[in-house]
Order: sequence, then structure tokens, then C-alpha cells
Amino acid sequence: MPVLAAYFAALQRDLLLVMRRKTEVLTALFFFVIVTTLLPLGIGPEPDLLRKIAPGAMWIAALLATLLGLQRLFAADHADGTLEQMVLSPEPLSVLVAGKITAHWLVCGLPLVLLAPVIGLQFDLPADAIGILMLSLLIGTPLLSLLGAIGAALTLGARGSALLVSLLVMPLYIPTLIFGAGAVESYIAGLGASGHFSLLGALLILAAAFAPWATTAALRISLE
Amino acid sequence: MLAASNLSCIRGTQTLFNDINLQLDAGQWLYLQGENGAGKTSLLRILAGLSLPAEGEVLWQNAPIAQQRSQYHQDLLYIGHQAGLKEDLTLTENLQALCRMDGLRISDAAIREALTRMGLAKRQHLPARVLSAGQKRRGLLARALLRPAKLWILDEPFNALDINAIADVQRLLKAHLASGGLLVLTSHQTPDLGIDAPGFILNLSVPR
Repeated sequence: MPVLAAYFAALQRDLLLVMRRKTEVLTALFFFVIVTTLLPLGIGPEPDLLRKIAPGAMWIAALLATLLGLQRLFAADHADGTLEQMVLSPEPLSVLVAGKITAHWLVCGLPLVLLAPVIGLQFDLPADAIGILMLSLLIGTPLLSLLGAIGAALTLGARGSALLVSLLVMPLYIPTLIFGAGAVESYIAGLGASGHFSLLGALLILAAAFAPWATTAALRISLE
Repeated sequence: MLAASNLSCIRGTQTLFNDINLQLDAGQWLYLQGENGAGKTSLLRILAGLSLPAEGEVLWQNAPIAQQRSQYHQDLLYIGHQAGLKEDLTLTENLQALCRMDGLRISDAAIREALTRMGLAKRQHLPARVLSAGQKRRGLLARALLRPAKLWILDEPFNALDINAIADVQRLLKAHLASGGLLVLTSHQTPDLGIDAPGFILNLSVPR
């Protein structure tokens, strides 16, 4: 399947680029770790309070960490002309864009999911709540990458695009934040998290279907 | 095969050009001339389908390119004035990625051979950032050897190249025309494309 080959080509290329320049990715990861580590230190050792704010705090940190590198998602390819070559590929641009979004999630989203158990301990979260937190991040972080890609494509080439992309994407992130953090909170409160997960999953399916397509349309406009 | 009718391009309040008609058949070339800012690159981008003309349309094999994007891009090789290479990847990795994103499966041996023909055999495993502008340009032109395309649209292909490399590229262009390919290019130096190959010169003037 040439379409799949093109998808994996874009994915593999972006991962290779990350391997060559690790600092850009590590910045976002360090940011996540630092924010979530400083928070318990600043608030003080009150386990009940920490447990209560843990889901929200970690979700906000994950969201901001994703925003940090978002603007570079297409800007680098735009600057060196490789984005033009992608637009001119006989394969659909949305497939290449989907490959790039997947790479972004593997690099910026998945590590947050894997770090969550360690960070969760600092907030004195019980083991089963950490499991729920990881699951909510696992469904939620791809959503952040997908929605962020639309914003990154729309602001491509604009002046002050780093600020613009935050303004544009932040409102779109709010449902993810509410349901993601809400899943853990309602689980801790004993209400069960399945409702939140269903909504997150529905959002993810919707975004996976439409975000690459919307991103492609935005890229074509930005490249005019 | 490549035709354009009534093309016009407006940037801001300024009309760069209007009412451009052209018709290019197999084995023919089109050489765009004009001062800086005359709209050469804009016209190339419109012909490549990267931007839309304010008016008019571009036809490839008698059908508008917007209706057959995939087919048109299969037949098209466009090299813009940007390097088009990732600085952190080697030339081999760059070409491999570009070809694979075009849906082509190219062996490393084929890439090595193309780079050797462009005189870059010893540079193939160096990251693009340490190469000179001319070497990057040659590396990118190696794509022309890897990817069969009927129509080449080249923006300043001779930029930053030394005399030997220019001769190499001109040979490449002549061979492409001789095999029935089409060529559209801009250049600040008049290219020598051989006497047999029929072609046109289009002069764009800077709008006053």
C-alpha cells in the first residue's frame, strides 16, 4: 500500500529528526516534570489537598507541555522547503500530515503517559487512581496533538505564531482537560470513570477522522 | 501537454502579471526571464499547483490540475529556490524520505548512484547542514535522477553551482528534453539547452 508507506515515511522521518535534535523534545518533558514537581513543594505536605488537585494539576501541565513545541510542528518544514515537497507529493497530504501528528504524539504525548505514575506518587495518588490517570492521558494526549496540529497549520507563517497558536488551541483543549481530569476525580470520588472515558474516546475518534483533513486544508491556505 | 490560459496573479494591491497564456508540448522548454520581483517564482508556483492564480487555470493533458492533483504531482518534479533538505539528516536520508513520501520505493544503491552522478559520492553520509549551498543544490537535483517525471519545474537550478556542475545539470536537462520531457525554468543566466530542443522565452516585466 503506497499510502501506508507514505504515512510511515513521514512518521519515520520526523522521529529520525527528533533523534538528531533531542533537546527540543526534552524541553517539553522537563517542563512537565518541573511543574508537577514544584507544585507539591510549593503547596506543602498535605496529602488530602495534593490528592485532590493531582489530576487537574497533571493535566494542565501536560496541556502546557504539548503547547510548548506545537508551533514548530510545521514551521521547521515550512522554513526549509520540505513542506512544499510534501504538498507536491502524489500521495494525499492528509496522510503525510497524519504521519507527522503521530510522530508528535509519540514524542510529546506518550512520554507524559509513561511519566505519570512517577509523578502521581508525588501527589500521593493511590495505585488504581494512577492507572485511571494514565488511561485518561493515553486517550487524551493524542487528542491534544490532533487539535494542536490544526492550530499550528493555521498560524503557519504568521508573525508571533507561538502566541497565536496558544490562543487558538487553548479553547479547543478545554473539553479534553475537563473530561481527562474529571475521569480521575470522579473515580477517586467513587463515581466511576466510564462516562468520562466514553466522551474522551468519542472526541478522539472525531478528531482522528477530521483533524488531519482540517490541518491539510489549513496548510494549503497558509502556503498560498 | 502543459497549458495555461489567462493566468493572472495579484499580490496585495499590485498585479504582478495578467493574461498569460502558454502551451508546452513534449520535448519543449519554457524559460522565464525577468527582473527580481517580476513574478517568476509566483508563476512557477501557480504552474506547480502550490498557489492559485487570481484568474485563469492551468491544464495538464487537457484537464485542470486542481481536478487531478495526485496524477499531476506524479508527473511533476518541482525544485524551488529553498534547499528543501532537512539540515539534520544526511543527503541519503533526505532523498530516501522525499522519495518514500512520494510513494516510491528507492533502494539505497540507487540513491548512492544518483549522488555519485551528481559528484557527491563522498558527501552522502554527511548531514546537510555541513554542505555548501552548491552541494545541497546538487543533492536536491539528484532527485531528478531518482524520480521519473514528465514535467520539471525548476526555480533557479543553476544558483550556487560551479561551472562543472552547471555543465552537468545542463546535460541532465538536455537528456530530459530529448526523452520527451517538458521543462519550465527560471534562471539569471541563459541556459544552453541545445539547438534541437524547441522552446520559448517568456519575459515578465516588473509592474510599475
